[in-house]
Amino acid sequence: MRHLQIALWGVLPYLVLVLFVAGSLWRHHYDRFGMTTRSSQLHESRLLRVAGPLFHYGLLFVIAGHVVGLLVPEQLTEDMHITESLYRANALVVGGLAGIAAVAGLTVLLWRRLRTRAVRLASLRSDRLVYPVLATVLLAGLAATLLGSTTGTYDYRLGVSVWFRSLFELEPDVPAMANAPFLFQVHTLFGMALFALWPFSRLVHAFAVPLGYLVRPYVVYRSRSTFAGRNGTR
Amino acid sequence: MSRVMAQIAMVMNLDKCIGCHTCSVTCKQTWTNRGGVEYVWFNNVETRPGQGYPRGYEDQDRWKGGWRLRNGRLTPRSGGRVRRLGRLFANPELPLLDDYYQPWTYDYENLVNAPLGDDVPTAAPRSLVDGAPASITWGPNWDDDLGGGPAHLAGDPVLRRVSDEVRLEYERSFMFYLPRICEHCLNPSCVAVCPSGAMYKRLEDGIVLVDQDRCRGWRMCVTGCPYKKVYFNHHSGKAEKCTMCYPRIEAGEPTVCSETCVGRLRYLGVMLYDADRVGEAAAVAREEDLYPAQLGCFLSPDDPEVAAAAEASGVPHDWVLAARRSPVYSLIVRHRVALPLHPEYRTMPMVWYVPPLSPVVDALAGTGHDGEDAGNLFGAIDALRIPLSYLAGLFTAGDTAPVETALRRLAAMRSHMRAINLGEEPDPAVAEAVGMRPAEIEEMYRLLALAKYDERYVIPTAYAAGAGRADATGGCSLDGPGGPGMTEGAGIGVGAGPGTGVGTDMGVDMGTGMGAGMDAFHASPLPHDGDDRLRGRVNLFGWDGKGLPDGLFPPRRGEAR
Ligand code: SF4
Ligand code: SF4
Repeated sequence: MRHLQIALWGVLPYLVLVLFVAGSLWRHHYDRFGMTTRSSQLHESRLLRVAGPLFHYGLLFVIAGHVVGLLVPEQLTEDMHITESLYRANALVVGGLAGIAAVAGLTVLLWRRLRTRAVRLASLRSDRLVYPVLATVLLAGLAATLLGSTTGTYDYRLGVSVWFRSLFELEPDVPAMANAPFLFQVHTLFGMALFALWPFSRLVHAFAVPLGYLVRPYVVYRSRSTFAGRNGTR
Repeated sequence: MSRVMAQIAMVMNLDKCIGCHTCSVTCKQTWTNRGGVEYVWFNNVETRPGQGYPRGYEDQDRWKGGWRLRNGRLTPRSGGRVRRLGRLFANPELPLLDDYYQPWTYDYENLVNAPLGDDVPTAAPRSLVDGAPASITWGPNWDDDLGGGPAHLAGDPVLRRVSDEVRLEYERSFMFYLPRICEHCLNPSCVAVCPSGAMYKRLEDGIVLVDQDRCRGWRMCVTGCPYKKVYFNHHSGKAEKCTMCYPRIEAGEPTVCSETCVGRLRYLGVMLYDADRVGEAAAVAREEDLYPAQLGCFLSPDDPEVAAAAEASGVPHDWVLAARRSPVYSLIVRHRVALPLHPEYRTMPMVWYVPPLSPVVDALAGTGHDGEDAGNLFGAIDALRIPLSYLAGLFTAGDTAPVETALRRLAAMRSHMRAINLGEEPDPAVAEAVGMRPAEIEEMYRLLALAKYDERYVIPTAYAAGAGRADATGGCSLDGPGGPGMTEGAGIGVGAGPGTGVGTDMGVDMGTGMGAGMDAFHASPLPHDGDDRLRGRVNLFGWDGKGLPDGLFPPRRGEAR
């Protein structure tokens, strides 16, 4: 059992990280043409117009919550005089709402993908893996948030978060994760699966966030010669 | 002086279009006969009045294409940067496949494989998207030749605006064909709304392209283009658009649609313009002023000052020479008979049209009058307000004066040339009435009626902006030994670089030909000798994503290539 725990929470994360980084670099280098959202809006727009933003915006809030929850040590919020109960209430309400939005969005999107023939046919083979994993991660995470706050007394900021930060100190705190409740373990495990799939599935489109658009001039000129040194925008 | 830029522009003489769709078909065979773009016609020919393709695309209240003025500043009609990013996860103004049409094929196999029976087997329609039996309810030119009747006409956004005053009587309606490609605008809104910066206008020739490696499939450009000339490839998940056949243009050859046009009505040539004036011209307050404002951006290549400024801005000398011979410049500026399509979208389009006089001539002839008499024609142009205001709705944002001028000039040409053909003395008053000299009329006639291939298409070969002083003034910098066109791999980089143009794979395929002049263009499209790396590989651009063609993966060890 101990070996399994070490393998899962001490070794696997690093393998996933290597796969994620190397895979992304490989994809960026060899398959930039394949980096796209692969939108199916052309075939069906009515459901997508509601569910697409619902899912993605929900997810953005969820991710922001993870960043805060995992990276900010409990000590810091205490120093800022944010009481534990306030923090928890906030996490429950905001995190719960965002999670519900993401799950609801994903449900509609999956329904749409399965029921609309053209959209189903436009799906990738990797989608068959990505969607179940994604759904599991979301559901386990949402359940952990809702159940953990109502019934349990488990403080993930003293367990999971500690483990997560210890990974980057190259001294994985395996017990911190091994002692976490089952739901958290499932969530983390499938989360790692998601990162492993990332570079090789449609998830790569997350790298395409076009923030540069905000500061770019509207009209882009480019020279047809890559040698002329006048590439890019002006 | 100002920043001079060159643009390859097109003019189409609508009087000569017979609506044969040859241009559309040859274009499709060249560029969009692949999976994912079955519904895409970079060149389409629509009957006007009519809804066009996609249906009712001119209704910008609905589709939000082009620019609009907000507090005196130009913003994409679909919203500024923040709003666009906010709509990243679903584009509310994206036309659906149904708005274009559901592409289909026929089950031809059934004709051969059907069991012997009493009935003749049929080839039933099948959807090209999902293979299911399809019922065909709309197509890219469903209302061709006014087919479908008045009900379809009601969907024409231009007609809707004019017919408030004028009720269109269907039996007496007029009709003409409008071939459309991407306008390669001076102020392209498709480029402006692309969040990834994948779309760009080329410095050298103004051709607007999608960088396939940078496109991330956000679909904003489809909405942003008011002419709906950017399309979404639903297999590759990337935007694609008319490329002005840039590999041909770079080699000095006309586009495929021009080359194959049955009516020989397309003209290609260089326009020099003042890049610093474009922004201002696109932002004039009154929509009717947009046509004159765009005319104001064009520079006369005959002016020695312009020629000097052009060369100082990096436009090679042979481009200035080509601009002087440009048929497009003659029709747009010298003769003032060509007009832009929908200048009110504020994108400064660069495919212009000589409006059709034939509806007027037909109406005259139908009433038993002489359709070639200048007096009759002038009177009819005045009297026939429907065609006039409709044409103005298409070409001049509703201002009938420029359309009237153009039509009167065409009418004057008709009557002047008839007199000459009949051996009569042409009446100088006719030319005078339209503000032209007889010699000018004859020159215009030559261009519109007789011009041969090399007069219709005056296209200098490609150069590279900023490739160096000596090169910039000495013709094509790519031809010389050691120039970028000659180095290994440069052919790939120059024409279509991994990235510019339509696709990496395509760039690779056509690589060497590009930029290396005509001979290389006509030569084998394979890479240079000595560059074996790509031999035997599959062209991903032509792959429909199904099956594993030979060469998709490198050969296994021990297996011969
Ligand atoms: S016509 Fe062409 S250049 Fe103009 S906005 Fe549309 S796609 Fe862009
Ligand atoms: S090929 Fe020429 S004549 Fe025929 S439809 Fe096209 S533009 Fe018109």
